[in-house]
Amino acid sequence: MNVDFSLLIPEFILAGAGFLVLLVDLLVPKAQEHRRNVVTAATAVLGLAVTGIVAIATQIDTGERLYDGLLFIDRYALLFKVLFAGIGIAVIVMSVDYVADKMRHPGEYYALIVFAVLGATLMAESGELLTAFISIELLSFSLYVLVGLSRGDARTAEASAKYILLGAISTAIMLYGISQLFGALGTTRFTEMGPLLTGAGGWNLTLITGFVMFVAGLGFKLSMVPFHMWAPDVYEGAPTPITALIATLSKAAAIALLLRFLAEAGSGSVNEWRMPLAVLAAATMIIGSLSALPQTNIKRLLAYSSIAQIGFILVGIVPNTVIGANAVLLHVIGYAFTNLAAFTVVVVIELKLGKESVADFAGLSKRAPVLAMIMTGALFSLAGLPIFAGFLTKFYLFTSAVDKSLEWLVVIAVATSVISLYYYIRVIREMYITETEDGSKLPVPLLLAGLAWVMFAGTIAVGTYPQPFVDATNAAATVLTPWIGL
Amino acid sequence: MSYFERHVLETLIYLPMLAALILVFIPRPQKSLIQGISIASGLALLIMSLYAFIAFDYDGGARFQLQRSYPWLDQLGIAFALGIDGIAAPMVLLTGIVSLAGTIVAANIQRDNKDYYILLFLLIAGVYGTFVSMDLFFFFFFYELAIVPMYLLIGVWGSSSKFKDFDRPKEYGALKLVMMIVAASLLIWVVIIGIYVESGTGSFNIETIMATIDQPGRFSETFQSVMFLMTMVGFGLLAGMWPFHSWSPDGHVAAPTSVSMLHAGVLMKLGGFGIIRIGVMLLPDGLREWALLLFIIGTINVIYGAVSALAQHDLKYVIGYSSVSHMGYVFMGIASMTAVGLTGATLQMFAHGIMTALFFTIVGGIYERTHTRDTLVLNGLASKMKWGTAFFVIAGLASLGLPGLAGFVAELLVFIGAFQTQPILGALGVLGAAITAVYILRLVGRTFYGERDKKWDNLTDLTPREFIAATVLLVPLFYVGLYPQPLLRVIRPGVDAVLAGLGA
Repeated sequence: MNVDFSLLIPEFILAGAGFLVLLVDLLVPKAQEHRRNVVTAATAVLGLAVTGIVAIATQIDTGERLYDGLLFIDRYALLFKVLFAGIGIAVIVMSVDYVADKMRHPGEYYALIVFAVLGATLMAESGELLTAFISIELLSFSLYVLVGLSRGDARTAEASAKYILLGAISTAIMLYGISQLFGALGTTRFTEMGPLLTGAGGWNLTLITGFVMFVAGLGFKLSMVPFHMWAPDVYEGAPTPITALIATLSKAAAIALLLRFLAEAGSGSVNEWRMPLAVLAAATMIIGSLSALPQTNIKRLLAYSSIAQIGFILVGIVPNTVIGANAVLLHVIGYAFTNLAAFTVVVVIELKLGKESVADFAGLSKRAPVLAMIMTGALFSLAGLPIFAGFLTKFYLFTSAVDKSLEWLVVIAVATSVISLYYYIRVIREMYITETEDGSKLPVPLLLAGLAWVMFAGTIAVGTYPQPFVDATNAAATVLTPWIGL
Repeated sequence: MSYFERHVLETLIYLPMLAALILVFIPRPQKSLIQGISIASGLALLIMSLYAFIAFDYDGGARFQLQRSYPWLDQLGIAFALGIDGIAAPMVLLTGIVSLAGTIVAANIQRDNKDYYILLFLLIAGVYGTFVSMDLFFFFFFYELAIVPMYLLIGVWGSSSKFKDFDRPKEYGALKLVMMIVAASLLIWVVIIGIYVESGTGSFNIETIMATIDQPGRFSETFQSVMFLMTMVGFGLLAGMWPFHSWSPDGHVAAPTSVSMLHAGVLMKLGGFGIIRIGVMLLPDGLREWALLLFIIGTINVIYGAVSALAQHDLKYVIGYSSVSHMGYVFMGIASMTAVGLTGATLQMFAHGIMTALFFTIVGGIYERTHTRDTLVLNGLASKMKWGTAFFVIAGLASLGLPGLAGFVAELLVFIGAFQTQPILGALGVLGAAITAVYILRLVGRTFYGERDKKWDNLTDLTPREFIAATVLLVPLFYVGLYPQPLLRVIRPGVDAVLAGLGA
């Protein structure tokens, strides 16, 4: 076995950066809390930035398989590698003020974010079930700890316990599914599974349980209905930047893995899984949108809204086409910008007001006009309105589904879009229309203001000048062409 | 083509966006600077619109003119393609006129006029974009862009009303309007994606798609039939189509004056325009199938709107229902599928846009002075508001179709078209015009003439600003009424091309 380790330089840098953060944390004296926080954060950001730059600089046009097909280093993985590094940086920048205010262990906190990014990156690269499983575990364990890292808060403890317990169960289910698949097919590599799944014998019970359980395990990470119950509680209880991390990084990584798995292993048997997955997509959209309606806590609202968003993404996965994959990747990018913008605003509100219910947004247009504008933009983007990313990416997703005679799914998607507008508009109404007595200006930390602007600009950029983004997603989606149709 | 000609259409979209962007960087307290920039931009928009209208070659030119196309998203076949035909050209002109009048009237806004103008210009950019887009994706993009700012414009700067039996808080009007229009627009979303996929061209360009309609295997009759019905409801709702019209009066009652002007003046026209652009041009078989239904609904609109206006005594409700009634003529004209009727429908959109904006200018002025719109309370304003009365009466006369004003030409053409195909429904339409005369004259008689209440002794006439805004609207109303040729000869090639597509 001949492995070209140079292809893995970005991953080595990422792992090294994680340990470096821990080391730096030890070197700065305990008493200097503030300094420790800033230095470790800066180290982590630097590590992620270098990873992203090196990944782009060392990119290769061909797809390489390492370790006999366990890892794929290709344009598909590259897209996610850069995206994940970006998300990691954004979340760390979002965290600096938050950690100073509410957390005890900055070093561990930032290091775990870096390890989560590493896990997510490996998920996008893995071409084999067990590698995928270990990557998922690396991501999940980092997140389990991060969710519970906040200073004594009952909600945090509950969220953490719930996340670990349900996560462990889903892991067990997934592992059992993998064993079934291996038992039935004798291989765990996606590309080798593909032809076997289409085999003449058809799908026997072992194969079906294996396939369903593996996808169900991923469905838990995605908060796909009916595996979505954990999301609102965890979103609410976790430290807000970590909520943002779960909403963007963990979801995107699971999408990356699911899309690759279904394309490389499942393309031949697409007729077996298309309809069930389409039904789940529809259920995810409907339940996500309807459950969001009565929510009064902004983080719970965003949790349900992200469930609905997963439904939209599945609309692009179901057709199993390149155009669909393209749409999914573009939506993931636009969705990351949008969500990070929204969560940055939530972090500011939480830091300054100590609360995060929808009613706390009242009068924000007077108290912090820029934040109100950015939040409005982010919510309109989630609702799929122009000039923001959500408009184009949803349009793209729905177009790809109509191509494969899934009109009914598009009609449901479109209908849930209207429902979603209603609950997003409630937040906007609080910010702009509700009058408040307290009209004092909110001081916005410079770092968070800058981050919010960058994410806002990204949201608009995807929505108005998408060609560079689509070029990147197209290069990534093309990697899947040997398996899926146009 | 001169440089100017090549870029005029995109300028119409970029200019309001640029104005909005400049306003972002002007400090809030600089109110008069903000007004100045906004009104100057409004004027520039009118000049550009006039230029585009005049540059349109009505005599043997191409169907879509002043075309520009920039690649935008190749993978999906979306291009930023612009161009106007004979139906879009008058709409561009209309938008220019109403935008200028609207930006002038909006100068009355005291609270946060910066944010107000930013949203107003985004709305204007959306309207222009919809009229000049030749790419269905951008057509829809700008269509939605025009709707989104409405929520905040009405919700923040609107006014809540209390009536005897019910309340209409401004949030209600804003939410109802936006939710209903967005819900309807999603039908259009489905239609656009459907047309794109079914045409098999891999392009969203209207001309490219039109070339494939007649090819066998494309756009089957069932497909066109279903899609047309969705188009009709989706766009019809924005045009105030019965029974989906209820957002319109409620929205107008809540909206601030300049938003009402732009909304009734141009935004509702997007609905009629959309039915022609997508329904008639791309789904001709669908129109043939549903023409009678559209005709009947149009007639109901005319009668129902007029009768409802008769029952109202709030000025904005009267005008709101009168808009519902007048948009009915647009549906009738389209459904007649005759050259005269379609010309009338297009002209009616233009005429109604102008007259209703004029109505709202005056009604807004009255409301700002008296803080009521109740015609039972308002009496004898004429002796105090001479100019206001004059403008209102002229708008009223245009509305009831007095010869010499724009409304007459438009309605006459619609009636001729209607009598050629559905004489009975056409006759009912004329009846609607008669009811219009009743409620308009009654309204004018009660509110402006008659004995003046002591309360209104200190009433002042129009401010110079309001006067100028009203004049901007008055000129085209007379011009088109007395000499409609310039408009008709531009509309004509557009209508002929549409009819050729219909095979009539």
